[in-house]
Amino acid sequence: MTEIRFSGFGGQGIIRCGLITGKAISLFDNKYATMTQSFGPEARGSACSSQVVVSEDRVLYPYITKPEILISMSQEAYDKYEPDLREDGILIIDTDLVKLKAPRGKIRVYSVPATRFAEELGNRVFANLVMLGFFTAISKAATPEAMKKALPGLVPKRFLDLNIKAFDQGYEHGQEALKKEKDQPKG
Amino acid sequence: MKKLKVDPKGVLTGAHYLDGDFAIAEGALAAGCRFFAGYPITPSTETAERFAERIPFVGGIFIQMEDEIASVTALIGASWAGKKAMTVTSGPGFSLMMENIGLAAMMETPIVIANVQRGGPSTGLPTLVGQQDMMQVRWGSHGDYKIIALSPDSPQECFDLTIQAFNLSETYRVPTFIMTDECVGHMHEKVVIPPADKIEVVERKWYEGPKEKYLPYKPDKDMIPFMVKAGDGYRFHTTGLTHDERGYPVINAECQDWVVRHLNDKITKNAEKIIKYEEEQTDNAEVVVVSYGITSRVAYRAVQLARKAGIKVGTLRLITVWPFPEKRIKELAKKVKAFVVPEINYGQMVLEVERAAAGKAPAILVPHCGGWVHNPEDILKAIKEAAK
Repeated sequence: MTEIRFSGFGGQGIIRCGLITGKAISLFDNKYATMTQSFGPEARGSACSSQVVVSEDRVLYPYITKPEILISMSQEAYDKYEPDLREDGILIIDTDLVKLKAPRGKIRVYSVPATRFAEELGNRVFANLVMLGFFTAISKAATPEAMKKALPGLVPKRFLDLNIKAFDQGYEHGQEALKKEKDQPKG
Repeated sequence: MKKLKVDPKGVLTGAHYLDGDFAIAEGALAAGCRFFAGYPITPSTETAERFAERIPFVGGIFIQMEDEIASVTALIGASWAGKKAMTVTSGPGFSLMMENIGLAAMMETPIVIANVQRGGPSTGLPTLVGQQDMMQVRWGSHGDYKIIALSPDSPQECFDLTIQAFNLSETYRVPTFIMTDECVGHMHEKVVIPPADKIEVVERKWYEGPKEKYLPYKPDKDMIPFMVKAGDGYRFHTTGLTHDERGYPVINAECQDWVVRHLNDKITKNAEKIIKYEEEQTDNAEVVVVSYGITSRVAYRAVQLARKAGIKVGTLRLITVWPFPEKRIKELAKKVKAFVVPEINYGQMVLEVERAAAGKAPAILVPHCGGWVHNPEDILKAIKEAAK
């Protein structure tokens, strides 16, 4: 079982990240994925999050308890949700939007300038797709093929190609980060 | 009961990633529901939104009413005009519906209502889960009547049981309820919608005899009277007052006895046909966990942990909550040490378990007052206690 939390502020497409990931895994990777999201005042403007529980068997308890993967696209979300991340978990942040605190446990940190990349592609609304590509490469929680297959219906039709481009850019950046990590001498 | 051919226009065959609210709307459309009247309220609004978005392509009517009282009235009218009709609500909206739920029960009108339960009383917790209307759905309107209520544990079951709800409502001419909750309503999971020809839908029992002989409340052999469509040229009367076979008011004890017994007996005497539950490992169980809706999934996690600890624990998941499977509970009560009943309220269905067990085995409540689902550890603790 894997527990994933996407977090950021309202309007960044955080809920969409959960939807795309959950749909990809349960419809195209043949696993079970239950997606829940934060409702209420916190979902409107301030820190918001969507959660996905992934399992080989049917998901029973629908919520995450101690996530092993946390994606943070805002400082507030990072501050709010980082303490819940498992000590051996994976933390993924937007380089330009989150300032890291001192490292904790064996948490592995990966960062991508998702919003900057999206702006270079023409619009910052694609930042969540850059992030999804990066997350897919780093976490391997879903296959990139499944993630791309999940997009129709969840992103506007006329922007499908740009969304895929954003995803690919994030994915490549993630693979490079992994390669760099591998090449680095262990110390 | 005549089987109806499903109109493929309403059926989105395929695998989807939907939340429970959306799945209810898809279930309704697949069942042939072509009339929806409602008033938006969190956490049920998504069902109305989905229905409103889809209905222009399927053909049918969506009306946003002035309130929940009017919504149910509109359903009653649409149903008598021959349409399968539904609404969806939550919290205070369900309370407002009570008056006309009684009217629908008295007029023996098939309608379907989904309640995506949130924490109460009053406005309570608009965005957070509860299972606190389980007794209200059974007893909420004044007078003596019975209803049918189902409780889905996933978006997939929201789809499946909504179709079931329409089938039961049409078969027994009774208001039928989908008692889901915010957690299932807002949770996204895979929902598989079968091809139209694989979906079983029941057709209402239409009267086909001579026009002047139609009696809207004359029970047929199966106790259920025939219906006609208003506007098809039948002259008939229906009312919320105590009435005879013709549907005309008769205000005396004798007619009241006939009506009340009928409204109750048509459900009680068919209970075994209506009731559905899912049972696991109850054969040698010392403890049986009785649960429904989202709580049953959380309870299964506790059950798995209890089994690892060597406790013989079985589960009984209510799919039909009303009528309640009292016969089965009674049988189990003779064999088990205790029942454990977790629910997101301060003790409702546990009272039914207790009543059916009739002192043969205790029913231990694991309450949660709402706002979140149980911690499986709390249920595990109760199971361990019960096994002692």
